[in-house]
Amino acid sequence: MKILVCISNVPDTTTKITFTNDNTQFNTAGVQYIVNPYDEIALSKAISLCEGGKGSVTVINVGESSTEPTVRKALAIGADDAVRVNAAPRDAYFTAFQIAEYAKSNDFDMILTGRESIDYNGAQVAAMIGEFLDIPSVSIIKKLDYDGTTATIEREIEGGKEILTVTGKFVASCAEGVAEPKIPNMRGIMSARTKPLQVVEAKEVEQLSTIQSFQTPPPRGTVKLVPTEETEKLIDLLHQEAKVI
Amino acid sequence: MSVLVYVEHADGKFKKSVYEAVSYAKAIAEQNNTNLTAISIGAVEATELSALGKYGASKVLSVNNEQLKNFVNQAYASVIAEAANAENANIVVLSNSFSGKGLGPRVAVKLKAGFVDGAIELPVVEGGKFSVKKTAFSGKAFAITEITAENKVIALNPNAFGVKESAGSEISVEDFTPADKASDFAAVVKEIIRATDKVSLPDAEIVVSAGRGLKGPENWGMVEELASLLGAATACSKPVSDADWRPHSEHVGQTGITVSPNLYIAIGISGAIQHLAGISSSKVIVVINKDPEAPFFKVADYGIVGDAFEVVPKLIEALKAHKG
Ligand SMILES: Cc1cc2nc3c(=O)[nH]c(=O)nc-3n(C[C@H](O)[C@H](O)[C@H](O)COP(=O)(O)OP(=O)(O)OC[C@H]3O[C@@H](n4cnc5c(N)ncnc54)[C@H](O)[C@@H]3O)c2cc1C
Ligand SMILES: Nc1ncnc2c1ncn2[C@@H]1O[C@H](COP(=O)(O)O)[C@@H](O)[C@H]1O
Repeated sequence: MKILVCISNVPDTTTKITFTNDNTQFNTAGVQYIVNPYDEIALSKAISLCEGGKGSVTVINVGESSTEPTVRKALAIGADDAVRVNAAPRDAYFTAFQIAEYAKSNDFDMILTGRESIDYNGAQVAAMIGEFLDIPSVSIIKKLDYDGTTATIEREIEGGKEILTVTGKFVASCAEGVAEPKIPNMRGIMSARTKPLQVVEAKEVEQLSTIQSFQTPPPRGTVKLVPTEETEKLIDLLHQEAKVI
Repeated sequence: MSVLVYVEHADGKFKKSVYEAVSYAKAIAEQNNTNLTAISIGAVEATELSALGKYGASKVLSVNNEQLKNFVNQAYASVIAEAANAENANIVVLSNSFSGKGLGPRVAVKLKAGFVDGAIELPVVEGGKFSVKKTAFSGKAFAITEITAENKVIALNPNAFGVKESAGSEISVEDFTPADKASDFAAVVKEIIRATDKVSLPDAEIVVSAGRGLKGPENWGMVEELASLLGAATACSKPVSDADWRPHSEHVGQTGITVSPNLYIAIGISGAIQHLAGISSSKVIVVINKDPEAPFFKVADYGIVGDAFEVVPKLIEALKAHKG
């Protein structure tokens, strides 16, 4: 079994998000980068599916050389080898296209991604890869069992869940519940340095959208405090002033 | 040129988020002086379909065949792209729901369209540029995205636009028969399990959320009671679902669900940056916390500094009195 896991390099979750150049660029000063938390879940699932010599896990990242520490981290967690498509990811279409192109010439049984990247959050890449490869994609999955040919998947829907099966190759984007994120151990960290990391060049593809600028949410006014003894007043405020109940 | 909106149903019924998507798509159609067509896939009654006219659709294409009864995004994407071509639609709108997230990107690739997910405002069309504001960085920021491609697909966030009725449009309901593509059905839906008695979190208008301050799962009775009085969905912070006090599907934040309700009530949650990321586009935020220094108060509109075990029962009483 061969599994491809897509890894995105994102700012640490504690990052305070600011922008530079007239709000057109994300301010990377002092930002720590991590493996996108959902991708850790996808990777951990792939590793446990392949445990005991049942298969191999390749991670792929579309990014410039600055993302290599993140790719190495994925190798330390337990991926067997890595591919970096050498280009700054322009948008989800570009990223998915590059990953699909790589997957076309390398035969994978499944491709796992995270549910969404916590920076630009599109939750787009998985379904786009599916479309480029003309194979099924299942977005935001909570559970995955695989018997070698058929996957049984649980995905979240509003107010419940759906259980489906997929036979043959597929792409799935993983959310919490699919696996417990694995933490790299010393041996993993040591061996990550020598595991293969292949760099491939990006292919040309049309650009369909661009981010023009960013905004941060307007600061909220100061909080209106209601004393504990007058708790019932909160109901009046929400009803009459805020008009939300 | 026209605008196409995909109307997703659950058990043959449309939800508020669908009427919202139709209202939004209608506003885009008006911006472009064109008509709005809706596409529905699966068994939905004609009365339910024609009710979409109220929100501005002038035509509904209804696909009702056994094979397409359940949502399979690969197959549904083919149908929607086919409908877009048939209607000569260069803008496709859908809800940014769980299914919409699996569908929008596939439709976009099929149509070679620029895709904006999580749109929160109407597009701005200016000087030949078409841009849409969307959430980014897990709700910590917004990105103004220009769609440069001729075709456009937009997924609208729930509660972002509101339901708007549109005066007097006539609506026609037509059957639509898409081409048969067997390879679209490698995924097969086996079972759908919905808790019908609960308000679903992502599109709830009011959310009552609680954190580690509640000490243990046995104390959620009052949270649920408050939620049910308000017609609200319940949610929680990450450590609460990690400890299995509540299901993962309730976990809100940067690594959980992002919500944008009209009212978010946070009880015994400190307000860590990762939690705030998931709720910052809520319209009104109420915080109940015994620690006056809790960071959550900095983003709250209303707050009560006090013990949840004292405040919440009082709120429940006050709410019962308010409802008479
Ligand atoms: C990679 C990463 C991702 C994360 N993603 C998320 C995420 O998506 N969502 C999320 O929520 N967290 C996330 N976290 C965790 C986050 O950093 C916080 O640890 C978490 O939000 C804290 O949860 P809490 O507020 O319930 O608990 P605590 O921080 O323990 O706060 C409990 C609060 O309850 C108050 N309290 C205690 N007793 C009472 C009482 N009797 N009455 C009233 N108030 C009381 C306390 O004053 C305190 O403010 C993430 C962390 C990391 C590292
Ligand atoms: N630059 C990238 N390189 C590799 N995988 C990526 C990249 N960006 C996103 N992904 C994958 O796609 C998932 C969804 O990302 P997104 O569609 O950007 O929200 C992520 O969780 C990753 O698994």
